[in-house]
Amino acid sequence: MNASPMTMTAGELKWELPTRGRVGMFCLIAAESSIFVIFVVAYIFYIGKSLSGPMPREALEVPIFFTICLLSSSLTIHRAVKALRRADLRRFSRWWLATIALGATFLYGTAREWQRLIYEVGLTISTNLFGTTYYSLVGLHGFHVVVGLILLSAVMAFTWLGSVRHEHAYRVDVLSLYWHFVDAVWVVVFTVVYIIGR
Amino acid sequence: MATESVAFPAALPISRPVVDRLHEWVTTVDHKRLGILYIGYALVFLCIGGIEATIMRVQLMVPHNDLVSPQVFNRLFTMHGTTMIFFVAMPIVFGFANYMLPLMLGARDMAFPRLNAFSFWLTAFGGLLLYFSLLGASGLYGAGNAPDVGWFAYAPLTSQTFSRGHSTDFWTLSLLVSGIGSIGTAVNILTTILCVRCPGMTLGKMPMFAWLILVMAFLVLLCVGPLTAAQIMLTIDRYLGGHFFDVQAGGSAVVWMHFFWIFGHPEVYVLVMPAFAIVSEIIPVFSRKGLFGYPFMVAAGLAIGFLAMSVWAHHMFTVGMSSSANTFFVMTTMAIGVPTGIKIFNWLATMWGGRIHFRVPMLFCLGFLFQFLIAGLTGIMLSAAPFDWQLGNSYFVVAHFHYVIVGGILFAVFGAFYYWFPKMSGWMLSETLGRLHFVLFLIGFHLTFDFMHIPGLLGMPRRIYTYEPGRGWDIWNLIVTAGVVFQGAAILVFVGGLAWAFFRRKSAGNDPWDAWTLEWATSSPPASYNFATIPVVRSRRPLWDLKHPDDPDWKYEQ
Repeated sequence: MNASPMTMTAGELKWELPTRGRVGMFCLIAAESSIFVIFVVAYIFYIGKSLSGPMPREALEVPIFFTICLLSSSLTIHRAVKALRRADLRRFSRWWLATIALGATFLYGTAREWQRLIYEVGLTISTNLFGTTYYSLVGLHGFHVVVGLILLSAVMAFTWLGSVRHEHAYRVDVLSLYWHFVDAVWVVVFTVVYIIGR
Repeated sequence: MATESVAFPAALPISRPVVDRLHEWVTTVDHKRLGILYIGYALVFLCIGGIEATIMRVQLMVPHNDLVSPQVFNRLFTMHGTTMIFFVAMPIVFGFANYMLPLMLGARDMAFPRLNAFSFWLTAFGGLLLYFSLLGASGLYGAGNAPDVGWFAYAPLTSQTFSRGHSTDFWTLSLLVSGIGSIGTAVNILTTILCVRCPGMTLGKMPMFAWLILVMAFLVLLCVGPLTAAQIMLTIDRYLGGHFFDVQAGGSAVVWMHFFWIFGHPEVYVLVMPAFAIVSEIIPVFSRKGLFGYPFMVAAGLAIGFLAMSVWAHHMFTVGMSSSANTFFVMTTMAIGVPTGIKIFNWLATMWGGRIHFRVPMLFCLGFLFQFLIAGLTGIMLSAAPFDWQLGNSYFVVAHFHYVIVGGILFAVFGAFYYWFPKMSGWMLSETLGRLHFVLFLIGFHLTFDFMHIPGLLGMPRRIYTYEPGRGWDIWNLIVTAGVVFQGAAILVFVGGLAWAFFRRKSAGNDPWDAWTLEWATSSPPASYNFATIPVVRSRRPLWDLKHPDDPDWKYEQ
């Protein structure tokens, strides 16, 4: 191969392309969104089609507190990334830990709700169509929260081990995009399940 | 020409132990090796799927044939369809995209090389899972069997009641696993195209190949998600007692159809976009003219990608949708013919006035053009709902989509094979054997799939394992099966051509076709780093600029 066939001197070419991490994450989010869309459509389509109870109105209580927890974790992770950009590691690890705590609280809320539904209301995934669509949609979201928490915790562990530094702000930012997505999906799930469907 | 090659030290001394070389292939993250793995894997499954098709055709050759039982026939068409779509067509186009993209974009690798390897192995294990059903579907009791629910697996055939054992689960899992692999590849392709182009290569200067692969990857992102979601729902139904597709509990079988075809139709464009991409590279080179109407080709590609997401329910006219739904899907389906027509005219205009070289890649592309046109015309016939009510689920439909997939996509892929094999291996394929392959395959294809339309028009439904004599179908089925012989012979010639190339080792040089895109600027096969120095481009045909410094493209391109 000729080493320089293409150097037809485009002069001082200014050449900047979008960064890989962000674009890759946006692509992943697009793919994930299409999965969620199908589950949301299935949920909406099957509202009121259950042949037997319990129905959403008698089973569901609106989880306002836990929703506030999850949504505010978007704010804390944003603060954390900003702090890391400023190389303020102390603030970063505090906000990051707050994010994990808020996410875990949300997950605890889901767990308690499911426990109540299963043991008190008697609604399982096989009880009726409502149960099937409810557990699969909320469960799919919960699964994404779990994955997010595992990733966030890994970053936390690395921070405590001292290997997260200022120059990793970009990667941490890409991870925060995923977390924002998980929160945004909850807005849709919350609206569909607890407002429209109830 | 200024591209005389500077010999790099041969990349791999041949004498290393086999285990070492095998280990390198298994652990590789190089886009070129992964591309070859994808293609090789797809060719193996092409043979398997082809054998399944052959058995079905022999069964249908004469009425009242009893070569296979009805149960086995169901498994055969399920496995044939699933294999050909998910483990032949998709991997082979991913393989070419993987191999060519970084080279065409002047990059050293894909954006995420390890994700690339991960995606390939997911796809590979997905295929193994599907075929493991032959052993594992009934668990440890008795003999196993393959899935028999058809490649679109309509409910309620897939419910526990009607599908005992684990055959449907192997089908579900294999699609779920390979689907995740496809999403990984699509993320990788999109990111590569958007983020790792060489300096000077603006989006408007990318090879058409890259543009159309970009559209394909975007469609994969949007359409494989629904398939994954539907498979999760099916698993919930089968294993957790869910009711998504359980009509007895208020669920809906039609919802499965919608979810499947929201994947299933864009999937057709996922497969045909790379075929367009290949043809858009080959036709200009062998017509010795630049691609006609580049901006319109891009716009048409994007329009097809956009419309592709809104035509899925034309697979469901016979289900009985509302008339407004029918009208909508008739309109969108007919509308998608417009940008496709633009593409066909632009390829013709590229050839018009060119000095056409009828080499093997070009022959396959001409076959593609002609056959894809006919496939599109029968597609427009079927897009009219009343016509579809008459012929839906008949052999006319089978003939139509095989015309798209074999006559269109497979012909283009063979063209790509002959076009880029010299780059991938460094050796030329035999022109004579290539022509023989083309002629045999052309005859076989037309014998099989032209005549397959007729029993469809005469009312022969698809997926029947045998039929009564005296309905006027007999002779047509015999002709259709006769075509298989030619197709099989063509594939043997193709394999023979590969063996010929391997043993003759006729050197191809860097640029055997006197082509214009960046992959021909590097050695054949390219070194693992692709380019010693990252190229800088100023036009859509950087090698033209290099070969004709007196008359470069960038003087005229907008």
